[in-house]
Amino acid sequence: MGGGFDFAVLIRNAPFLWGGMVLTLQLTALAVTGGLALGLVLAVLRLSRIPFAPALVAGYVNFLRSMPLILAIFWFYTLIPKLTGQSVSSFYSVLIAFILFEAAYYSEIIRAGISSVRRGQIAAALALGLSNAQAMRYVVLPQAIRNMIPVLLTQSIVMLQDTSLVYVVGLRDFLTTADIVAGRDSRPVELYMFVALTFLVVCFSASRLVNRLRRRYAL
Amino acid sequence: MIELKNVSKWYGEFRVLDDCSMRIAKGEVVVICGPSGSGKSTLIKCMNGLEPFTRGEVTIDGISVGAPDTQLPRLRARIGMVFQNFELFPHMSAAANINLAQLKVLGRDRATAQAKTDELLARMGLADHATKFPAQLSGGQQQRVAIARALAMDPIAMLFDEPTSALDPEMITEVLDVMVGLADEGMTMAVVTHEMGFARKVAHRVVFMDEGAIIEDASTAAFFGTPRSERAQQFLSKILQH
Ligand SMILES: Nc1ncnc2c1ncn2[C@@H]1O[C@H](COP(=O)(O)OP(=O)(O)OP(=O)(O)O)[C@@H](O)[C@H]1O
Ligand SMILES: [Mg+2]
Repeated sequence: MGGGFDFAVLIRNAPFLWGGMVLTLQLTALAVTGGLALGLVLAVLRLSRIPFAPALVAGYVNFLRSMPLILAIFWFYTLIPKLTGQSVSSFYSVLIAFILFEAAYYSEIIRAGISSVRRGQIAAALALGLSNAQAMRYVVLPQAIRNMIPVLLTQSIVMLQDTSLVYVVGLRDFLTTADIVAGRDSRPVELYMFVALTFLVVCFSASRLVNRLRRRYAL
Repeated sequence: MIELKNVSKWYGEFRVLDDCSMRIAKGEVVVICGPSGSGKSTLIKCMNGLEPFTRGEVTIDGISVGAPDTQLPRLRARIGMVFQNFELFPHMSAAANINLAQLKVLGRDRATAQAKTDELLARMGLADHATKFPAQLSGGQQQRVAIARALAMDPIAMLFDEPTSALDPEMITEVLDVMVGLADEGMTMAVVTHEMGFARKVAHRVVFMDEGAIIEDASTAAFFGTPRSERAQQFLSKILQH
């Protein structure tokens, strides 16, 4: 046990902790990318006039948003092998759960972003002869994305923090590895301080990066 | 060139357009005026299919706007439109605004598009403003960029929906001058405006609307001489007092 702080514990366990960090970052990056892509499709469908599409999407979004994330993780962990008849690694089942779950949240953010673009902008784009898809891509989405970046960032940080739930299916993300080390080496204070600090640095750099991107596209 | 036949439009129970018929011949300038809410914007947006209508027919150069098999984007690309609030794309420079549809709709290569853009910006007196964003331009400058953006498509006709009513008085002239220039070159134009000086100077005909109907469609001289309808007379006397 011993008193005082022993930060050498971090160095001794660096490879193990790094492994957890890699899993967390991979999962976050893939889930954010997949969630945004699916969320965009859902948002466009929900704003479309395709028969039944808006209602179906609304049902999907409301269903997933009423579900605790941890339930979605359990659900896909048991459901996917049953549906496909094959065993799927816990990583992929968790990834799919995250993507489907996050997409519900992202689609609402994207929908609000798209709706925030003035209608006259679409009229101007169409009047120039752009197709609906081109108007979306070149005129509406660039403005919508700029409006929704802060909220998307917040949602993605929540997502990063939520990756720690994957311990329930036996995956070792960053927080889980830190937790294991904390218990094994009886150094909870050092480990949890380290985790908090790391999350702070990651989130801070993410928001700096986003601000940089935003400035590049901003007026 | 542009022909409306018995066009009507309802919003539920509310009749926005009431059996409107009019023709704009090639090279003709037609001013559309009328009280607020009379359906002027709706009418002009029917001309390029931005606004669907319930009944009647709109044709451009013989092509029906409302027909389900009409390629609306292709048709719209040939008709320029200028809006009250400019509607420049705020995330693009002035030049990029003018380039966009040339590149994406007409498929011009970048050099050709840019040459056209530079030529139009120079003609609008905006050569020094190519790289500025809309928010960095005055209202009058923005509207001239918007006109250049429409002209870049080499349109066969131009539609204007109150192009000067969002502008400060000192900027109205610079936009009207550009429009007079266009009219002098023989551009076919439909212009919703309350600028009666402009109408007198360049319009061949004036159309007066009230409550969704075309009340009067007369040559400019006849309209300003003795408008036949009482409502047009009232409207004119009100507007000319200001
Ligand atoms: N989406 C809509 N639903 C219901 N009513 C509408 C809608 N859009 C317009 N209107 C109504 O249709 C009428 C005509 O509108 P329009 O914009 O064409 O008039 P306008 O002559 O251009 O007026 P203004 O001079 O104010 O621009 C107005 O009474 C307006 O309230
Ligand atoms: Mg109007």
